[in-house]
Amino acid sequence: MKIVKIIAIVLLVAFVGIQFIPTTRNQSDTVPSTDFMLVNNVPETIQKKLQVSCYDCHSNNTQYPWYNKIQPVAWFLEDHIKEGKAELNFNEWDSLSSRRKASKLRSIIKQIENGEMPLDSYTLIHSEATFTEAEAEELINFITQLKDSL
Amino acid sequence: MKNLKMSIAAMLLLAVSFTNAQEKEKMNHDHGDMKMDHSKMMNKNSDAKAEAILSDYFNLKDALVADDTKKAAQAGTKLVATLKAFDMGSYTKEQQKELADIIEDATEHAEHISESEIDHQREHFKTLSKDITDMVAITGTKSTLYEQFCPMYDKGSAWLSTSKEVKNPYYGSRMLKCGKVQKTIQ
Repeated sequence: MKIVKIIAIVLLVAFVGIQFIPTTRNQSDTVPSTDFMLVNNVPETIQKKLQVSCYDCHSNNTQYPWYNKIQPVAWFLEDHIKEGKAELNFNEWDSLSSRRKASKLRSIIKQIENGEMPLDSYTLIHSEATFTEAEAEELINFITQLKDSL
Repeated sequence: MKNLKMSIAAMLLLAVSFTNAQEKEKMNHDHGDMKMDHSKMMNKNSDAKAEAILSDYFNLKDALVADDTKKAAQAGTKLVATLKAFDMGSYTKEQQKELADIIEDATEHAEHISESEIDHQREHFKTLSKDITDMVAITGTKSTLYEQFCPMYDKGSAWLSTSKEVKNPYYGSRMLKCGKVQKTIQ
């Protein structure tokens, strides 16, 4: 029993300790002129959906949930956002070449078709981010059009 | 009790990131080996580095034909390294711009292939094939290539092969013979 107590204390100290490790916050007031919504004629319903379902991890501005300051949650979020932005940053859309755009649009279609995005860990908290069948179809049609017009 | 659970989660996270780091190290070793291979191939007439990219691309294609996810992933990792080693020095400014774009795009797809399941690998292989075809249009190649086309996969998809005979990388054993030669690249 004593050993359990010691382990518990060690873990508690570690938990408190990691709260002091800083994380980078993904927040910005400005939307650059290269933003996906600014350079493409995006229907309003799709704009809203993208904002709610994608922009938290795929833009320079995250709407953080209340628990974001608690470690190790903050690390988990930081990591996901970093990875998400590296893969696709809607804010920097127009800085991509036509080839890169086509490539990204193709990936967006596949990810939505296969239900791989938004991530389950995200929709668990943000249920409004989930795509209904009709929403998915609307987005895929729009993205396909955009890809064909490149 | 909640704190205890969180702490355990933290420990697990640490452990996971540690294993990740180790894996990355392993991959770096692979890259090192590839570079040595290149230097041996340098003194040929055509662009040896473009040929190395093609060779890795064909290994990847063969792995997909054989439905072998693991081999395809390995070929993807190698391809990332050969793409990175590509030297654009001998091309015109305009070609360099185009090539840089192609290499960037191809690298992303190769990276995904190195860490995905077979369906995903095949999705990325489609775009990768377009990139590699565009690359060859600029660099040329010493061997004859066949651009083949399967009308069924994802509204029609092409790939490159060194052989006239069709072996479909998008379906593998499920539909090995689907497709035809649509262009010969000399």
